Amino acid sequence: MSKLQPDLKPKLKSNKQLILQSIVTTASPPESYRAGNNVKSSLWRVAMRRLVKNKLAMSGLAVVLFMFIACFVGPLFSPYTNGKTNLAIMNQAPSLRHWLGTDKLGRDVLTRVLQAGRISLTVGLASMVLSVFIGSILGAIAGYYRGIVDQVIMRVADLLMTIPSLPLLFIIGALLSDWKVPTDYRMYIVMVMLSIVGWPALARMVRGQILSIREQEFMQATVVLGLRDRRKLFQHLLPNIVPLLIVIATLNIGGAILMESVLSFFGLGVIAPTPTWGNMIDTANNLIDFQERPWLWIPPGLSIFATVIAINIFGDGLRDVLDPKQRK
Amino acid sequence: MSSYLIKRISYMLLILLAASLLIFCLYALTPGDFVSGNMKLSPERKAELREIYGLNKSLMERYFTWMKSAFEGNFGYSLAQQKPVLQLFNEYIWNSFLLAVVATFLTWVIAVIVGVIVAYKQYSWFDTLVMILIFAAMSVPSFFIGLFLIKMLAVDLKWLPPGGMLTTGSNATGMLYVKEVVQHMTIPVIVMVLLGVGSLTRYFRSNMIDVMKQDYIRTARAKGLKEKKVLFTHALRNALLPAITLVGFELPSLFGGSLIIEKIFNWPGIGQLYMSSFSLRDYPLLMGFTMFIAILTVIGTLLSDILYHIADPRVKL
Repeated sequence: MSKLQPDLKPKLKSNKQLILQSIVTTASPPESYRAGNNVKSSLWRVAMRRLVKNKLAMSGLAVVLFMFIACFVGPLFSPYTNGKTNLAIMNQAPSLRHWLGTDKLGRDVLTRVLQAGRISLTVGLASMVLSVFIGSILGAIAGYYRGIVDQVIMRVADLLMTIPSLPLLFIIGALLSDWKVPTDYRMYIVMVMLSIVGWPALARMVRGQILSIREQEFMQATVVLGLRDRRKLFQHLLPNIVPLLIVIATLNIGGAILMESVLSFFGLGVIAPTPTWGNMIDTANNLIDFQERPWLWIPPGLSIFATVIAINIFGDGLRDVLDPKQRK
Repeated sequence: MSSYLIKRISYMLLILLAASLLIFCLYALTPGDFVSGNMKLSPERKAELREIYGLNKSLMERYFTWMKSAFEGNFGYSLAQQKPVLQLFNEYIWNSFLLAVVATFLTWVIAVIVGVIVAYKQYSWFDTLVMILIFAAMSVPSFFIGLFLIKMLAVDLKWLPPGGMLTTGSNATGMLYVKEVVQHMTIPVIVMVLLGVGSLTRYFRSNMIDVMKQDYIRTARAKGLKEKKVLFTHALRNALLPAITLVGFELPSLFGGSLIIEKIFNWPGIGQLYMSSFSLRDYPLLMGFTMFIAILTVIGTLLSDILYHIADPRVKL
């Protein structure tokens, strides 16, 4: 205790906190810690039970799962996965052989839509993970340390939020085209691009949450216990915003899929021959394909729409159960 | 208030300065320049042109030239169109504004009306239906719904023209001109309303629901006021008030055009100007546009903070 005292003093500001501190120090830590853990897990269980009852959210989840399974497993059952071109059967309308017809190189459109879904879903998921990772860590650091670190991180975030994101993405896309990045790798760079644009808003929100949580009593307790900063941040502060992060992350996947499709549609994201839903709609830029062969560009568009709407509905259901305060 | 404003504005200028440096460097990194894309020119002529446009100078030198003239209110000279950037903006911006102002107005009207009804009939089947539609509107990719509507309304049904602002070769004047423009802007406006209306309806719905729970609504009902009066004078006005903070955030989209919509519909707005200049690498115009949006964003944020304070004086600036 005496060893802790000098470290503590500057951080204690009011009498109220002093009293709180004495209360916290007299309670035995292991017991309260275990109790806290139990409450947490049962809260999770309650949330999940409520989520399962929400029919709309569950149907959203079902559609998302269906899209994932269809895209990742579906092509295995297709006889056309090799992407071989066959000019004898180009531009055929949907038929029993080719459920969604064929494109200008005689490739099966349904197979390509599913293969494109793999890329689009992966890009959406990965860029979400990346931006949530960057955003929450930077936001938490900014909110916890405040002062100069906060200033630097938040000013960079402000700066990135000031510059319109589409021109920013266009420039990076043009750079990629010039550097002749192999098309297989463009997918990974698109993920990074999207998270560069995505993290500032997230960091700002996480920082706001951390700022209010760090003033709560249990954080005083961690000071009293003499925990290290890293442990305070990652075991006591961040877990408290995990429910919120799950919600935001879910809703972000939808946004990332939409963004990727816009970029790829304009030829600045993932480009052919690697198919994504966005660059498949690109065929609509060709007047004849646009007017006469809707099977080339409507299925990928509907796939984006169905996936994103399902993700948003599920995310909203999650928000209801995990973070009722944030409900809009 | 005034010291707050001074602090905010100086911070805004600082952010904009940093943004200008970043924007400049990004465009400077972008491969190719206006001259290199032109196949017709000989290498000597290209070097000569670069000399004239100052493209051969060092990065910092070019930045300072750009910034210096920007502070004098001159955003440079478009290389492709051989006109000052600001003059070009002035030519194109009003087309964008026309589209945006009509779309924004309709979006707000629809969102308020639907939001109020839905909040009043919370958990009814209509509420559920509207919620699903809201999600649909929030999830639809803008370029796809644009293309889809062109295909449906313009190509298949031939009800409306597919793009542009006027029919090619048309020299209609007066009412005929207005009619033509209205016809051409119908689909883009539908798309823009569709894209914006979802989140706004949701916003008004939740605002209304919060307000309806307040004590003064119960008081109004207890006084025996008609339900209509309670809803529209007592509840709606209070639910609308916080929305004025959103006005500031609308600023960039009102004047900044929409890159995707204008490109899809071939609408001669500032977004379309940007998109066509991008492949030409017309840097003064591209930088000017990006900077312009950045300025609008910063002003919009300040505006909404001030409006927030006006709407709710308890919020400190």
